[in-house]
Amino acid sequence: MDPSALERFEETVLPHLDAAYTLARHLLRNEHDAEDVVQDSYLRALRHFDGYRGGDMRAWLLTIVRHACYSWLRRHKVDTRSTEFDETVHGDDRAVDDPEVELLRGALRDALNQAIDRLPIQFREVVILRDVQGLSYAEIAEVVGIPVGTVMSRLSRGRQRLQRALPVEDYWRN
Amino acid sequence: MPCETLGDKLSGYLDRELDDRATGEVEAHLRQCVTCSARLERERRLRAAVQAQLTPMRAPERLRSDVRRMLRAQVRRTQRQHMRIPAWAATAAALVLGLAGGWQLSAWQGSRAEKSDFVAEVVVSHLRSLQGGHLTDIASSEHHTVKPWFAGKLDFSPPVPDLATEGFPLIGGRLDYLAERAVAALVYGRRQHLINLFVWPSRESSAGPAMDSRRGYQAVHGAAGGMAYWAVADLNAAELSQFAQLFAAELRRNAGRP
Repeated sequence: MDPSALERFEETVLPHLDAAYTLARHLLRNEHDAEDVVQDSYLRALRHFDGYRGGDMRAWLLTIVRHACYSWLRRHKVDTRSTEFDETVHGDDRAVDDPEVELLRGALRDALNQAIDRLPIQFREVVILRDVQGLSYAEIAEVVGIPVGTVMSRLSRGRQRLQRALPVEDYWRN
Repeated sequence: MPCETLGDKLSGYLDRELDDRATGEVEAHLRQCVTCSARLERERRLRAAVQAQLTPMRAPERLRSDVRRMLRAQVRRTQRQHMRIPAWAATAAALVLGLAGGWQLSAWQGSRAEKSDFVAEVVVSHLRSLQGGHLTDIASSEHHTVKPWFAGKLDFSPPVPDLATEGFPLIGGRLDYLAERAVAALVYGRRQHLINLFVWPSRESSAGPAMDSRRGYQAVHGAAGGMAYWAVADLNAAELSQFAQLFAAELRRNAGRP
C-alpha cells in the first residue's frame, strides 16, 4: 500500500472509529477487550481495503468489527449462540430491584445499559446497530449477514425483552 | 388482520421500514385494535429512551493514536516487503550514522536489492525506534514498573528480567508490530549502545540463540518457554549473544511457573 492509499484509508475509515468502538464495547462488554478488537479490526480493514468497492463504509467496517468480536468471544469460550448475562463475571453490586429508587437516583441510563448488556448477543447487536448507531434494516442485514425480515423480528424481540427488563412503564416515559 | 400476523411488523412500522402495502395493513389494524396500539406505544417509548440514553461512545484518545501508529507501521512494513527502502529509512540511517558513526550511507543504498526478510524487518524496527522520540512508551529501569505496563495492552505478559547486574540495564518498553502481530519491545542498554528486544508468544520449539547480521547490525533470535524473541543492536556478536542467553534463561525459568 502506498502512502496515498493510507491517506485515503485514514480519511474514509478512521472517522468511523467511534462507531467501531461503540459496537465492540456493547458486544464484548469490556473496554479493554473492545480496544484490542477495534485495533485488530482496523488492521484487517487495512488489509482488505483494496477489495473495498464503494458502498457504505461504516457498514463495511462494522461488519469487520462484528466478525472480530465474535472471533474474540469464541476464542475466549463465550457461547455466542445464547450469551446470557453472566452475573459472576459482569454482575453489578447495585440492585435494580426497586426501579423507583433507581429512578430517584436518575439512573435510567445505568439501568438501560445493564438491561442491554443482559440481552443475548443476537438481540443486543441489532438493538445497538439500530437504536444507538442508527443503521437502516438493510445495513444491519449486511453487517450481521441475515435477511431484512430477520433483522425486524430480532429487533422486535430485543425491544420486548428490554421492556420486560424495565417493567415500570413510567420508567421510560420521557 | 389478527394481532398474531401483525407480529414483528410493529417494529418495522415504528422504524418506517415497511413498504406502502405493509404500512397500510398495519395502520388499518391499529385503528381497530387497542392492544396493538398500546404495544406500539410501549415500543415507541422504549426506543426513545434507548436513543436518548445510549448515545454512541467516544473511542479513547489512546485507541485513536494506537490505531494511527499501527496503520503507519503496517504500511511501512508492506513497503519493505516490496523491497524498497523508503525515504524515512535513509533518514534513520543518516541519524544513526550521525550517532554511532562508522559506516556508510552508501551501504544502505547499495543494498536495495537485498532480500527483504525477517532480519531486515527487525533491524528496520530497531532503526525506527532510534529515529525521533519514540524509543519507549514507558521509560523506566524498574522491571516492576515496565512489566505491568504491558498488561491490558497485549494478550500475553512478556517477561521483563532485571539484567542490570550483568551490565544490561533496562531502559524501558513499548508496543511494536512484527510478524503481523503486536509484540512487546523491551529496550536495554549496554554501555552507550541500545538493544531492542522483541518478544511474543510462539509455538516454536526451543532453539537458539542464533546470530545473524544485517547492514552492520547484529541480530539474535531464539525461542524458549513458549515465547519467541529477537534482539538487535549495533553491538558485537559476543555481547549480544550473552544478552540473548540471559534472556532465554529467564524464559525457561518463567515457563516453569504457573
